[in-house]
Amino acid sequence: MEPIHTHISRQFNAELEDIRTRVLQMGGLVERQIERAIESLVKGDVNLGEAVIVDDTKVNGMEVSIDEECNQIIAKRQPAASDLRLVVAVIKTITDLERIGDEAEKIARMAVRLAQEERPKNNYMEIQALGNRVQQMLRDALNAFARLDATAAVHSAQEDIKVDQDYDGVMRQMITFMMEDPRTITRMLNVIWAARALERIGDHASNICEYVIYLVKGKDVRHISLEQIEKEVLGGKNS
Amino acid sequence: MSGTASPEPKISVRNLNFHYGKFHALKDINLDIATREVTAFIGPSGCGKSTLLRVFNRMYALYPNQVATGEVLLDKQNILDRRQDLHRLRSRVGMVFQKPTPFPMTIYENIAFGVRLHEHMGKGAMDDRVEAALRQAALWDEVKDKLRQSGMRLSGGQQQRLCIARAIAVKPEVLLLDEPASALDPISTLKIEELIYELRQNYTIVIVTHNMQQAARVSDYTAFMYLGEMVEFGDTNAIFTNPSQKQTEDYITGRYG
Repeated sequence: MEPIHTHISRQFNAELEDIRTRVLQMGGLVERQIERAIESLVKGDVNLGEAVIVDDTKVNGMEVSIDEECNQIIAKRQPAASDLRLVVAVIKTITDLERIGDEAEKIARMAVRLAQEERPKNNYMEIQALGNRVQQMLRDALNAFARLDATAAVHSAQEDIKVDQDYDGVMRQMITFMMEDPRTITRMLNVIWAARALERIGDHASNICEYVIYLVKGKDVRHISLEQIEKEVLGGKNS
Repeated sequence: MSGTASPEPKISVRNLNFHYGKFHALKDINLDIATREVTAFIGPSGCGKSTLLRVFNRMYALYPNQVATGEVLLDKQNILDRRQDLHRLRSRVGMVFQKPTPFPMTIYENIAFGVRLHEHMGKGAMDDRVEAALRQAALWDEVKDKLRQSGMRLSGGQQQRLCIARAIAVKPEVLLLDEPASALDPISTLKIEELIYELRQNYTIVIVTHNMQQAARVSDYTAFMYLGEMVEFGDTNAIFTNPSQKQTEDYITGRYG
């Protein structure tokens, strides 16, 4: 992976730098959306939940506009090699970021509904715990993207296993609650939907890690096992 | 660095060195040119890609002080051998240049002229040969009603296709194309590229081009050359998405300079 700023065409440098920066901005916005969605759920803050729902349009807008910029670069510059991989990785990454934004919006909708219901004694601590893990994972994925660090991307992708384990834990807990007291079923279903959304965010963050590996190493590691990815990236020689 | 393309290469270059007087233009080149595939040579001006192409039909032999050492095996026979019959070689290995070079003759004669040097045939057979060559070069429909007109009156793109027709009329096995589209407009360029795609079914093609996107579009294998050395040779798809050498990466992404 070559540094972006070394093209003969300075305009091309600027264009590539711009899409990269804007992906990180979009990532920042999406991180904030998740954080606020979880907060609105945990605290029962209806106003905050509604703000998250409204702000999803900003995420969507960024996706469309970065996509457009990538199309322009492809049309005008015919990028090759690492430049091509950057543009492709950006196009794919923003699709996953937009989906993460949608999941955050879903959590916010659940938060608005749950706010009308009786609150549990633990203040949805399990959602907060799962949310923390997912947020950390996404942050690491975006950092790997920013630093073009394939090793960090692998470590972040490994976290998805723990996210899935946490999610299973939440599910078991919710099922127990529902069995103990069927009056909680409606409420618990909403919590399950929120947990499910968080688990999906982990999957999207995992995808972003795969794009980083593709971008840096030129290897397509989709649809292969984590062990294989580790072997490809950590075991292989650096290029 | 050396490269291997297919189990049965048409041309194998082994430890090739080339000098223009004291200037060492090609440094220990090793590569295989795959049979009936398109191989592209890319690299900055002066890197030796045209020189390498010109070794393949010993075009350099026209000039004194130009010396090639090593081996260039065409179907396992070393064409650098002193005893190599150059006429025979050049009928097997045809060449088309950057600027269209039609002879100042009719379209028909442009093609028949070269054929007569190598073969004797009657008028009917020659007519068929001319038509077949023009058809293969995707020019027949445009010139069939004016075969007696001068080849010089065709457009640049048509002239270049005439030159390709002329090259294939003698039934070569290998076609060398030195920047065949760089003097043409975009539509004519696309026609030439389309033609290259068609011709690869019957010929082994080696193309030198400054247009990297063209190399990416038309070739199966790409060799990147720099300062007389072959830096990287491999599958075109890999070279343009994930080259293994930094110099190749810098060149194809426009970082070279």
